[in-house]
Amino acid sequence: MHPITTVHYLALSAALLLIGTVGVLTRRNIVIILMSIELILNAVNINLVAFSHAAGQVQGQIFAIFVIVDAVAEAAVGLGILIALFRNKETVLADEIDLLKW
Amino acid sequence: MLIDSVFFYLFALLTLGGAVLTITRRNAVHSAISLIVSLLGVAGLYLLQHAEFLFAVQIVLYVGGIMVLFLFVIMLVNLDQAAKERQFNRQWMVALAAVAAVGVEIGYFFYRGQDSFRLGDVAVPAATEGNTEMIADVLFRGYLLPFEIASILLLVAVVGSVVMAKKRI
Repeated sequence: MHPITTVHYLALSAALLLIGTVGVLTRRNIVIILMSIELILNAVNINLVAFSHAAGQVQGQIFAIFVIVDAVAEAAVGLGILIALFRNKETVLADEIDLLKW
Repeated sequence: MLIDSVFFYLFALLTLGGAVLTITRRNAVHSAISLIVSLLGVAGLYLLQHAEFLFAVQIVLYVGGIMVLFLFVIMLVNLDQAAKERQFNRQWMVALAAVAAVGVEIGYFFYRGQDSFRLGDVAVPAATEGNTEMIADVLFRGYLLPFEIASILLLVAVVGSVVMAKKRI
């Protein structure tokens, strides 16, 4: 069995990113779209931590902390918007929210 | 090193399996539970790479904070109606084709550039202090301004989400 190198982590991260992108692009439920965004941000974090480990420094981990902070802010605001939308339109399906579409 | 490989593939399986279940389940609660499994797999990967602080942050913040928030919102909005309808939008074929194209592109880059990824083979010097101490050192010496800006971002997000979710201000 080959030892685990940075490339393994990069491949895993790329796969996670693609799965998250498929979720964002194909699902109709907004809650699951937000979850897929969390998957994408986690893929980025795996990349950052892998390079940080390979270089023997912790700067990448610092950046991963900032990405996590962004993910928290995004989830809070996104779910707040979702609640406001559900109160007005009674739906959580992304393609039924077309107020701005003419 | 064999044990490292075994754990890497175990956590990779958890991560990818949880992710695939997350985007395919009909019930949003099942999706959330699968996402928790996936996030725990990512936390294990952090531990494998000696990022112990991020491991703790991942579990406390993601699994304990964000996922509870998601589950709360799933309980608040009525998803029974949404679960009965079509789960995927009409352009899912186009989306899959586009994502497959991006995947092929990334794979091609990995294949052509594999010689530049020799980083993993270098011997990492043994850490003289713990991971948390090192992160605190770098974070509060070199990245203090971004740290403060992040706190302002969180404040804005808190105010913004309360304004969004409240019926009458």
